Amino acid sequence: MNIEFDFGAVLAEWPLLLRGVAWTIGLTAVGTVLGMIVGTFCAWARSGGPRWLRLIVGTYVELIRNTPFIVQLFFIFFGLPAAGVKLSPEVASVIAMVMNLGAYSTEIIRAGIEATPKGQIEAAVSLALSKAQVFLRVVLPPALKKVWPAMVSQIIIVMLGSAVCGQISTEELSYAANLIQSRNFRAFEAFIVATLIYLALSVALRRLLDWAGPKFFFGR
Amino acid sequence: MTDFSLWDILRNLLMALRWTVVLSLIAFVGGGIVGALLLFLRMRGGKIANKAVGLYVQLFQGTPLLMQLFLAYFGIALFGIDVSAWTAASVALTLYTSAFLTEIWRGCVASIPKGQWEASGSLALSFGEQMRHVILPQAVKIAIAPTVGFLVQVIKGTALASVIGFVELTKAGSMISNATFKPFVVFSCVALLYFVLCFPVSLYAKNLERKTHGRRA
Repeated sequence: MNIEFDFGAVLAEWPLLLRGVAWTIGLTAVGTVLGMIVGTFCAWARSGGPRWLRLIVGTYVELIRNTPFIVQLFFIFFGLPAAGVKLSPEVASVIAMVMNLGAYSTEIIRAGIEATPKGQIEAAVSLALSKAQVFLRVVLPPALKKVWPAMVSQIIIVMLGSAVCGQISTEELSYAANLIQSRNFRAFEAFIVATLIYLALSVALRRLLDWAGPKFFFGR
Repeated sequence: MTDFSLWDILRNLLMALRWTVVLSLIAFVGGGIVGALLLFLRMRGGKIANKAVGLYVQLFQGTPLLMQLFLAYFGIALFGIDVSAWTAASVALTLYTSAFLTEIWRGCVASIPKGQWEASGSLALSFGEQMRHVILPQAVKIAIAPTVGFLVQVIKGTALASVIGFVELTKAGSMISNATFKPFVVFSCVALLYFVLCFPVSLYAKNLERKTHGRRA
């Protein structure tokens, strides 16, 4: 048996790969920022909001957490146009990623919020801080600090999940790999290269977030 | 064109749901066996084996499942073996599941206090006896909740097998939606079926977790 690899043919298409990487990073960045904002809001709603809001957020979280990402993506991209909402693949991908990370980060952040000692909140209230101030300055930072490792893992999972977005022809990394293998028939090599790039991205992303969390969100 | 009623759509999806369940079970059982072997290797195989298993885990946790499926599909074919979507999906999902389970279980074994090892060691129990009589009974109790929780991830993971042409729930949904021009209804039903499959498992896992934590507190 003689298996020959030709990685050169794949690497020669580096502009495509680079574009794919850029898209993957872009999708992840937007998805992470917006997803965490959604997650923070929902976590607040779920732990301190009115009852009807809790019910809505709870349903959203359970629905997302118990269905596959690819189905959510297909529903948004293929399903919604039938209901009159037409979206480009890129927008559909971002919405799916934001909704997905939003649901998971809701639970993660909520766990942190509920671990806040009551005395902290009482102390803050007695200093005449408003409700919003108490949440944003007293409750949220230590909550984020506590759950940051879980948050980082979830963001990486969402980044890896974005590979699926190629299926609706968003031009991210896995889409590039697919395009390359359809041009030169080097499928195995193309996917190995893409997989290794994903691995490098996930290692780099973990490093970046481990550094950025304490620096920007909750201090040392 | 024959008209598809909602019932027709649901019936066809339900038929496909079988394969989602079967593939999940293959992945879970296969992954459990491979995962247990890897865990054993990690604990008894010395430094190199420990490193190798660690690398294996990182490889699977740090790359998209979709890529793993493609690599299995095209990788097995490289050896001149004719791969069906069945084989590729089973292999990829089994390896993926094993990586996560071995890591989850390692954490559970590691959470058993050192004194238990020392005490059982001082009773002249061998490694096998220590595991069987002292460590595993405690570790298994801790491991059940996260293991059941991970089952949900496996079920959701099987949806990706649709991409390499495995006709399970998601693929069937795409096909039916193409045939009926009712993507909104079809994908709603697909999502609902996944939910019906996964939500009870999630709830069960949550319950188990509450129980284990309650017992410890």
